Amino acid sequence: MNAPGRPLPLLTETNRFFWTSGADGTLRFLRCSACRTYAHPPQPVCRSCGATALAPEAVSGRATVVGWTVNHQPWHPAFAPPYVIAVVAMAEDADVRLTTNLVEVDHDAVSIGMEVEVVFHPDDDVWLPLFRPVVSS
Amino acid sequence: MTRRFEDDVVISGVGRSEVGRRVDKDPLVLVRDAVDAALADAGLSLTDIDGLSTAPGPLPGPPMGYTVGGIEVMTELLGLRPTWFTASPETMGHAGPIIDGALAVSGGLCRHVISIRAMWEGSHRKLLAEGALPPPGGSSRVTGRAEWQSPFGAMSPANWIAMQATNHMETFGTTREQLGAIALNARANAGRNPGAIYREPLTMDDYLSARTVSTPFGLYDCDVPCDGAVAVIVSHVDTVPDLRRVPVRLEAVGSAMTERFSWDQGTMHHEPMVAGPAAHLWTRTDLRPADVDVAQLYDGFTFNCLSWLEALGFCAVGDGGPFVEGGARIALDGELPLNTSGGQLSEGRLNGFGLIHEAVIQLRDEGGERQVPGDPEVSLVSTGGGHPGGVLLLTTWR
Repeated sequence: MNAPGRPLPLLTETNRFFWTSGADGTLRFLRCSACRTYAHPPQPVCRSCGATALAPEAVSGRATVVGWTVNHQPWHPAFAPPYVIAVVAMAEDADVRLTTNLVEVDHDAVSIGMEVEVVFHPDDDVWLPLFRPVVSS
Repeated sequence: MTRRFEDDVVISGVGRSEVGRRVDKDPLVLVRDAVDAALADAGLSLTDIDGLSTAPGPLPGPPMGYTVGGIEVMTELLGLRPTWFTASPETMGHAGPIIDGALAVSGGLCRHVISIRAMWEGSHRKLLAEGALPPPGGSSRVTGRAEWQSPFGAMSPANWIAMQATNHMETFGTTREQLGAIALNARANAGRNPGAIYREPLTMDDYLSARTVSTPFGLYDCDVPCDGAVAVIVSHVDTVPDLRRVPVRLEAVGSAMTERFSWDQGTMHHEPMVAGPAAHLWTRTDLRPADVDVAQLYDGFTFNCLSWLEALGFCAVGDGGPFVEGGARIALDGELPLNTSGGQLSEGRLNGFGLIHEAVIQLRDEGGERQVPGDPEVSLVSTGGGHPGGVLLLTTWR
């Protein structure tokens, strides 16, 4: 019997672009065409200027760790402890954050300020954006 | 001074059921016990109660251990026919039902509001383990806030708030021993509270060597799920002559949101959503942090308490660690006695209402062995954080 998979997001017309963005290896966020503010989590109206002209826009996938924890508690069979959960701030705008997992990383080496890059984890019909320490420049 | 709604109300009674890791009673019996205790405390009867305020009310999906239901369940249970009522999952911290009730009394819709919070997390977990209840979530896909957390195994507030705690430690040099001082203080106070769940002494070695939940949090950084209920009655100040006892005053509330409603899109230095209600509180009173004689600050995790200390201005942002270090300042005989009942870390997770109950007990000098000396006159309660918070400043009758 297979272990249950990760809980996956319910795809909607609003979020589908985000969760499938990794199909071509690129991370995208919704961005206001008028005032250029990113809208994350995605919503149909810009919370900064009220415009409705928002469109997915590619970003570099580079980010900085601004919060992290090594989880030791078994919460869900899809996640074998210990594993690293982090909040990362995107290089293009530090106010755009993702809660994610850090992978390919020594748990003792994680720190605030660590530079990371996206690596996509495909699962069913979504591509989960995970992050690893920057290995290329 | 401008008219304030807080001046129109008093806290006329408080009541608490038996509280335990698991209490062998239907949670609705615990509600009834807490209500009866609050009524007796105030010298009121159910027929006097014309307002009902609870949280979070009924939630979609399978039963959850942090709610027994809302207006439907409570009115049927108590036979109430209120002229005003509310039950909301989205309110101003766990103190939201008190703030709502006070507004309704001041607005003239009712004179005596009973606010109720009931927990049955201990029994709920047992029933889940036995397969007697369906697991929350099931196999369906996640939506809402969980969409952005669950796919990464960030399943619990222990994970979400740990990331702010890590940031605070790395940014300001806060240590585990400093967080531990909050846990040890809570346990020392619980040792003087016969109603607390965990009362045996806790040492720093115990704290540091406990199993890790989610770094930097170990077992004793996390509060204690329990079964129990608390009821609080908010009454119009004109009814004071009808009451059995001298009531407690509501000096001011803090309810404002000044941050995004998010665990990861805003601050990483403190628990989200504490700064707004804390700042708002001090705009509604002439009292200042130095006037506070005893504080009950939300301690779902040790770090939450640290965030509230900083947000409320008891120390500067970043200085929470040194403020609590060693525990002398926050002890019963310290300059700011903190979480005198043992808080949620040792008394039990009564979702803020345990802290409100204790604030009233301290102002009435009924704390017994845990009573703060010197007849405290000003008691502060902070609730929530992460989700929107709410703050109450209470004073003795004067």
